[in-house]
Parts: sequence; C-alpha cells; structure tokens
Amino acid sequence: MADKDVIVVGGGISGTTAAVEAAEAGLEAVIVEKNPYLGGRVSQLFRYFPKLCPPYCGLEINFRRIRNNPKVSYHTQAVVESVSGAAGDFKVSIRKNPRYVNEKCTSCGECVKVCPVERDNEYNFGLDKTRAIYLPHELAFPMRYVIDMSVCKGSACAECVKVCKYGAIDLEMQPETVEVSAGNVVYATGWNPYDASKIENLNADTIPNVVTNMVMERMAAPNGPTKGAIVRPSDGKEVKKIAFAQCAGSRDRNNLEYCSAVCCMASLKQATYIREKYPEDAEATIFYIDLRAPGKYEDFLRKLQEDEKVTMRKGKVAKIEEDSATGDVIVTLEDVFGSGKVEERFDMVVLATGMEPAAVSDKPASAVLEKNGFIDAGASADGIHAAGVARRPSDVAESVQGATGAALKCMQTVREVSNV
Amino acid sequence: MSDTAEETAAEQTPAEEPKEEYKQKIGAYICTGCDIGDSLDIEALEKAAAARKAEVVKTHEFLCSHEGVEMINSDINNEGVNTMVIAACSMRVNTDAFSWDPLHYITERVNLREQVVWTHEPNNENTQMMAEDQLRIGLARAAKTSRLEPAVTDLTRSVLVVGGGVTGLNTALESVAAGYDVILVEKEGQLGGWAARMRKVLPTTPPFTDIGPSDVSNKIEAVNASDRINVLLNAEITSTEGEPGQYKVTVSSNGSEETLDVGAIVLAAGWRPYEAEKLEHLGYGRIGSVVTNTQMEEIVAANDGRIVRPDGKTAKKVAFLQCAGQRDAEHLPYCSSVCCLTSLKQAVYVTESDKDAEAYIIYKDMRTPGLYESFYEAAQNNPGVMLTKGEVVSIEESGDGGVAVTIDNTMLGEKVVFEADMLVLAAGMVTNMLPEGKIVNDLTPDYVGEWKETETQDGIIKEVIADPHILKLKYRQGPEMPYLSYGFPDSHFVCFPYETRRTGIYAAGTVRAPMTSMQSEADAGGAALKAIQCLELAAQGKSVHPRVGDMTFPEINYTNCTQCRRCTVECPFGTLDEDEKGTPKTNTYRCRRCGVCMGACPQKIISFKDYSVPMIADAMKSVNVPEEDDKPRIICLICENDAYPSLDIAGINRLQLNPFYRFINLRCLGGTNLVWIADSLSAGVEGIMLIGCKHGDDYQCHFIKGSEMCSERLGKVQETLSRLMLEAERVKQVQLSINEWDQLPQMLDDFAEELKGFGPNPFKGF
Repeated sequence: MADKDVIVVGGGISGTTAAVEAAEAGLEAVIVEKNPYLGGRVSQLFRYFPKLCPPYCGLEINFRRIRNNPKVSYHTQAVVESVSGAAGDFKVSIRKNPRYVNEKCTSCGECVKVCPVERDNEYNFGLDKTRAIYLPHELAFPMRYVIDMSVCKGSACAECVKVCKYGAIDLEMQPETVEVSAGNVVYATGWNPYDASKIENLNADTIPNVVTNMVMERMAAPNGPTKGAIVRPSDGKEVKKIAFAQCAGSRDRNNLEYCSAVCCMASLKQATYIREKYPEDAEATIFYIDLRAPGKYEDFLRKLQEDEKVTMRKGKVAKIEEDSATGDVIVTLEDVFGSGKVEERFDMVVLATGMEPAAVSDKPASAVLEKNGFIDAGASADGIHAAGVARRPSDVAESVQGATGAALKCMQTVREVSNV
Repeated sequence: MSDTAEETAAEQTPAEEPKEEYKQKIGAYICTGCDIGDSLDIEALEKAAAARKAEVVKTHEFLCSHEGVEMINSDINNEGVNTMVIAACSMRVNTDAFSWDPLHYITERVNLREQVVWTHEPNNENTQMMAEDQLRIGLARAAKTSRLEPAVTDLTRSVLVVGGGVTGLNTALESVAAGYDVILVEKEGQLGGWAARMRKVLPTTPPFTDIGPSDVSNKIEAVNASDRINVLLNAEITSTEGEPGQYKVTVSSNGSEETLDVGAIVLAAGWRPYEAEKLEHLGYGRIGSVVTNTQMEEIVAANDGRIVRPDGKTAKKVAFLQCAGQRDAEHLPYCSSVCCLTSLKQAVYVTESDKDAEAYIIYKDMRTPGLYESFYEAAQNNPGVMLTKGEVVSIEESGDGGVAVTIDNTMLGEKVVFEADMLVLAAGMVTNMLPEGKIVNDLTPDYVGEWKETETQDGIIKEVIADPHILKLKYRQGPEMPYLSYGFPDSHFVCFPYETRRTGIYAAGTVRAPMTSMQSEADAGGAALKAIQCLELAAQGKSVHPRVGDMTFPEINYTNCTQCRRCTVECPFGTLDEDEKGTPKTNTYRCRRCGVCMGACPQKIISFKDYSVPMIADAMKSVNVPEEDDKPRIICLICENDAYPSLDIAGINRLQLNPFYRFINLRCLGGTNLVWIADSLSAGVEGIMLIGCKHGDDYQCHFIKGSEMCSERLGKVQETLSRLMLEAERVKQVQLSINEWDQLPQMLDDFAEELKGFGPNPFKGF
C-alpha cells in the first residue's frame, strides 16, 4: 500500500483545495509546494472579483483545515523530481530545498533585526526589499522565517544564529530528497504571469509607469510595497488617470494563443481599486477586444459601466510610449470604429498580462501537455490528474470546482486499486 | 500521518488513557518566550491563574518546544490534568504542538503574544491587566467546556441525483466509481437532457477546434448498465425529509410512489431556454424565419444536418444574433456564458449543410474564454463564417420570408443591413429552479413564493411563503435551496463554490450557473465529492465546511423553551425545524456549528459542549473592571475567522492597540446573545465592540448570514439599553476584512474616544 493516497503538486488555491477536499473525504494527502509558503498566486492578490473580498479570507480557512486535519501534510520549498510507477503506486521523488530555519522557529522576528543583508522581494515583484532572513508575508503559512542563501553571508556573519533564542537557525542545512509512494498525483502547478517584455510595442520593461496587473495587485494591497497606495513607480505621484490594456500577450499568435479567462474581470476589478482610492477624480480607461464577463459576472461589468469615470473602448493597443519629461504614458490605439489611430495620455498603464501555465517551465515528469502547456489529464496516465490553471485558464471558483473533482478522481483510483 | 512531511497536525498522545470517572482538572501553562516573559509580570499571571481554578500552573521559556510540550504531557500523565489552558501565542500557530485528542482533552489557547504583548506597551500596568484578563477569559472558557460526546450513527451512504442530463449522468457515474450507490431521478421519460438532442457538441479536449457527436449516449448506456444506479424516469419528488445520511425522499415515478433512504443529494436539474415569446422586438413570433438557438438544434437534428426554415425552405444564409434577451435588464440581466460558443458551433452546422452556405454572427462581445479561443479562431478561419460586432437597430421581414437585420455601432462606423434567409436568436438559459413563468429579475428573496404577513410574539412579520418546486424539502425555512440572484441556487462564494445553505445538498451544472457541458462535467465531479464527503464526515459525527471536524452540536434545554421561533428562523442552514407549536427540533447532521441559534435564543437554552451563552457570559465576567475612570474596559467580541487573524497580523506588524479592550472570540458574530450585552454593561464595562465579517450582497461571513443576524439583533438592543438608562451607541458592530488589520488601531481608538463622550458607565462599582 502506498504511503499516501494523493500527492498534490502545488500549494496554491487549487492544490490546497484538492488536498483538503480529499483528506476530508478520508484520503491521506500531501502537498508539495515550491515556495516557502502555501497560498500560491492568489495570496498575492489584493481582492477577488466579483465580491471584492480578500483572498486570505478563504486561504485562512483552508490553512485551518490543513492545521486541524492529520490526514493532510505538506512540504514547502519542495519540488517533484521524478514520478515513476502507476496509478495506485506512484513512486515520487521530492527534493526539499533547505529553509535554513527549522521547526523551532516561533516567528518572533528577532533575527530580522540583526540581518545585515537586503534582497529584492520577489513576493512584491522586486518593488521593495527584505532582509536575507525574512517572513514571506504576514499571513504566511507556515508562519516561519526563511533564509535566501543566494544573498546570505552564511557562517561568516551568523548574526541571526546568535540572536535566535530557540536554536531555530541552521545555516548548514542541506537539501534532501525524500521518496514517497502515492496512489495519485494531482498537478496543481498553477501559472506564472506572462513575461510582458516579450510583447512588442508595449515597452513593458522600459517604461517605469507601465506595470503588469500582478504588480497592480501588490500596489493595492495593504501589505504591498506601497502599503496600498496606488502611485507611479517613477515618481510616486498619485495615479489619477489609468489605462488598462487588455489581452497583453493573450489571444495573440506571437505570444499566448489562448484567452487567459480572467484578465477582463481582473481589470474591471482593478478599476474599482483606483476608483475607491480617489473617488472624486480618478479616471480609468479599459482598452479591450471583447469584454468577457460571463454568467453573473455581467452584473459586475454593468456596475462599472454605470460609473461615468470608467470608460471602455474597443480596440487593440498598438503602441505604448513614454513622455520622458513628465513620466506620462502615451497609448496609441487602433480604433476599430473607423476613426483611425487615437492617442491618449495616462499617468500609468496596466498591462492585463495573461497566465502562462507553470508547466511550460516546470515540465512535469509524468503529465501530458497540450500545445500551450496546459495539462491534458485525459491524455495522461491513469492516476494523473490536473487542477486549476495547470488544467486550463480559469478563475478561482472554477479552479476550486476542478480541484474538488480531482479529489473525487483520486478516491476512485484508491478504490479501484484496493478492489484488485 | 506522514513520516516525511515537515509538519502535520499530529495529535500528541500521552501514554495513559484518562480515568473512567471524569473530573475536570485544569492546567495553565504560560509561555515566557517571544517577548511574553520580558513584557509581563509572569508571577502575577501565575497567581491570577491559580486564583481561577487552575490546579496546576507552570511556565516555560519555550512552551512549543519538545521539552515544553513534554512538560504538559507529564502533567497529563502524572497529575491527571485534562484541560490545558495554553497562554502563549495565537491559536493559529503551533497547532500541531498544542493538540490533544479532543475526545479526551480540552485545549484552550490564550493569545498573549500577538494580541497582548506584541500590540501593547511592555511592562506597563495596562498591558499587565489585559494579560491577566485574557488569561482569566481563557480559564473561564475552559471551565465551562465539557467533554465531547460525538453523535455517531448508522447512515445511508447513497447519493440521490436529481436530473438526468449531462451533469446528473456524470454525477451518478462518478459517485458509483467512488463506491457509492446512486438513485437517479429524471422528470422526462428518457435520460440525456439537452445534450442527447444535439447533433454535435462543443469540443471538450485539446485542441478545442472541432465539433463532434456527444458521448452522452455512452453515458446513458453506462448508467443503465450499472447495478448500483437506480434510475427513476418520469419521476417527480413529492417530498424530501430528514438530514444528511438520513433523508427520506418520496418519489412518484410512472404512477407509483415510493420512499427512498438517501444519504446526500446532488441537484442537477439543469436549465431551460428563456421564453422566446418575449423577444418579439427581435422578430420572434413576428417573423417566421426567426428561431432560437434551441430550435436551431432541433432543426438540424430533425433534418440530418440540413438547415430547414419553419416554412420548409432551406436556409443558406443564416444570421445569428448574440445576447438575444441577455445582458439586458428587461430580460436576462446576466450572460448565459455558452451562447457565443453555441452560435459558433451552429455556424459550423450552416457551413457543413451546403458548400455555399454562409453564417453571420452579430455580437456585442465574443465570449470564448480560455482554451475555447481556439474554437473561435477556427471559426474565424472558416470562410463560410462571418463575424461582426454591432448592436441591433431593427429586425424586419424581407423578401421570400427572410429577415433583414439593421445594426449600428459596427466596426465600419456606420449602419449596416444584413439580409438572411433565417435569423437565429442566441437566447439565454434560465435555471430550472424557477417554475415556468417566473421572471429572473423580479423574484422574492431567497425562495420563489409570495409575501405574507404573519402575527408572532415579535409583532407582525412579513415573510415569503415559498412554493415547493423540485426538492420539496420539509424544512422549516423553505422547500428548496435558497438563491441569491436570478434563481440560481448558488452560495456566491469564490473560494468555496460548493458552500451550501442546505448541508448535504449540492447544486451542480446549469441549475447553479450558466456553463458549458465541459464545465458541467467537472462540476458534477466536485458536487459528487462534496456529497460523499458530507456522508463520511456525518458518519463520524463531524461537521462539514467551514468548521470541518467539529464534533459538537447544539443541545436544547426544552424545559425553558418559549417557542419563540427565533432559532428556527435565524439558522443560516435550515438545521432546526419546528413543530406546530414552534418548538425547535434539531437535525444534527444539517448543523454547521456556527452558533447562530445560540445567539438567537432569548432563553439562553441552546448550548454546545464547548460553546454556550453561560460560557461567554462567564468569560465576560472574568474581566476585572477597575473603578478608576482612566481604566475603562471595553469588551470586544471578535469573529475567529477573519477578525482574529486580522488582530494577529496587527501583532506581527507590532501595531500598537488601545489597551482597554478585552478580546473574546466567537465562532461567528451570529452567536452573539443579547444577554451578554446587558450583563456586561450592567457589570460596568464602558462599551462593547463587535468585529465581524462584511455582510450584504458581497458578504464575507463564512456562515453566510451570521454577521448580518448579529447586526439585526443589535438593532433591538436599544430597548435593553434604555431600560438600563444607557446609550445605544455604547454597543457597536464593525465590519472588517481579514486584510484590513491596518485599520484596527484607529478603529479601536475611535470607539474608545466615543465612549469617553458618554462619561463613565453609571453601573461601574456596583
């Protein structure tokens, strides 16, 4: 009999859901997460559409479900290196990268006070710094510090080791590989924001006041690099006139051929961020090809359409340039309504960059990918499942549905195997 | 449990089983690590604990360490301690360290770290007083907790699936494959629903470019072949009684009626087309060659793929009008999600019917999300399919029985007239939860029904008398699953789409929201898992989401019940039924353990083993109220789901908070009993703040209506307070999201300042 019924690769909203749903139905599940914390992409979001509620509200419940259930365990900073065997008895090799902080850590924070080294904070897309020893963020689960050894001075410094009363820091910690057998593998490896610098004409990497939608989420978040202020990266000026360029990379033969399914709703949501910050005078313009607000999301779109300070213009952004004197961003639009090219000036432009499946770079060992890099579970071996954006572009609700369904598939495999 | 994982929720298992005869013995364990020892007078804390029934009081500099936990285990094994009050960090951390088998031990956490020393000035008199009060609160809670006696019983482990379309068939097959018996009820004489009537269906596998025959017939065959699926056709449910694991569902099928034992229910009743008769402005009923998309399916299915107009002529040039009566306040305000894809599919029918045939699709926004973009692209590459954005100006009959569609706001910037042999209206989907004739944007709240005024102890109450339609639940609160908007029985959760207000009953597929067959199949799997999970948890006497695993349940002391019906009305999950006199009857397995009933009861007779009105009252009483005016006391009831973590984060960020508040966490603010308000104000506290989740349309309350119920109840507190000659403003409920911790310092200071304005509570010192 396998050690586990389910190995879930990825501990974001889909992965944690698949694991807790399986465990609450009686299966033994283990999550393998590459970050030092669970929660994945959604933990970086300020709010969800359409309820404008904080993702941590739901994540917190899922973490409680994990904490209270002996049938779910997890590894952080861990990656699956290989998968062999078959449904019912996969042999999975997991590489656990060292955290350099052990389970004795109480998250008291004394170590940070003495750490002399700074690093770019990737959680906030490099917009601020942390020390080499850091807590990924205030709601991080597990609530435990981690050391970035690529910048840490190691035993030559060891200030943190000296100050830690609990013996929690081990600068000599080594990577280890653990072998786990499992009945099923659920890939919930999620997505990465598409690299906007690959999109010609949008100058995402050269104009400071052109940001991606994920950066916008961090800026709006109270625990983000600007503590929730929506200001221009170039000069800290309040952003009063903002544009959203939809399908930045998506629905584009040269970039992502598919529609990322969430960016229209995400931009509509982000328009509410700025309207809420500066209700008197902030203006938002959304440049779109098709506004995709399926089902009841239409209600959300309608609410934005009723706001006279939010403008929706059909048309593809042809060019984005900087006015270097002011830092303003000039957007040129191919106006589809026959009036030729139109130019408009903004304080800041948000690129609605799409979701690229993490499988494109992770190259999961045992799953079959379709041409865009999404996992085709139907074409993969029995016992291999996919959930969330690893499976197809989807919003949170649909990801969670799929993850719950994946838990059922795992249950079926376990039953089939035990009946043999 | 994993031997490899870095952390599990492993329970500590001391060597000895507790003695047969149960007597509570409380041990208080104070951690002095993480600034606690440096910020507080620990000896004074120990004395405070000993003064409040803690028979063993110990401190440890690193309580969550192996040695610290072993110290406690040793007291459990050698001293007979069975109730551990852990005065250390937040209950959100070190759960694995401080976890003992809940069937034998009681564990209470007192948050001295995040909520006291990290948020208040160290070695300050006020901080010390707060710490002592918080410790006493924890001891009071522990003392009022009794040992668990889970309700475990034999359950029926079968799933009733209502509806035999794509969603229902998949739910049935998926449940059987997981090892559960299924009863499948279908109102029609055959299985398959809409999919069985379609010539071809949308692609469901990569590369998502080509339409093909539906596999629904294979599914029907598999369902019919399974000896674990009892299929009832021409069937109607006449009543559903009971609770998860113990439903009695009466079904009338083919003239006979039987009552079936059912464990859980998946509602997959599907959709029906919007009434096309209402789309006369778009030519329907006015022009013979205007049909709907569902009629188009019937036409191609009946004519072997040929496009035959109602007048019998073959159509070669077919126009499609998207959003017909959708995204339209007058008709369906929502988008039906699948009509763009359906029209693209039907456009392929057109081009396949004749090499010269042409399809024109007129749209507002083409909505082909995700990988279906490939399907849209395939249509764009199809020379017979033309797509144009535009808005309809008029639709008129043209020569030879055809139709002329005038559109504006096109991409050409001018009005365009399309002439076609036939016009297909992409009409939308209505959930079958609505009886025929009901209008989606004009519904009574929660249930379809009629308003009625009823006379009660509380005066005249206006409520909806709901009409039974599909499940015909014998529930006090209503005969169907409640809806939030447009009739969709959806809880509107983002993170928990299977959250349901009727435990054990899960909606899936198009009855719940417009969706494609591919999404419906996935939804079927999710709903089946939730149904199965509910049964497995109920069999162990455990709650389902969000208090998963909670083994307590409401116990009612009937001798003092006045049959006021407040509990049965307010329960967000329809747990409580009532007899004709109004006496509540619990249905344990429907319960989600939120405690709203406990808060609702003016007689204080609803309790859980570890949560009760006297417990929280005692916790409040354990707060010392000094006579000095510069030491006001404010009770702060906090929701443990969002407000509690929010306070923790304030601590992690070392935000400084007003030291006069005393925090008491509740499962949900909905558990707030008004007696607490009167009790604590008459004991001299200056005011009461309640911090809960946001309510309203975009509610964040994990018990759906808990925080709203609390707010409604507080609306009536004025009466109590005026009897005490106190200002109503001394009680304030605020809404806080989990990520709004940065607002806490101001929020607490502002209320403390407001209270100052009223002067000291005249009850102080009595």
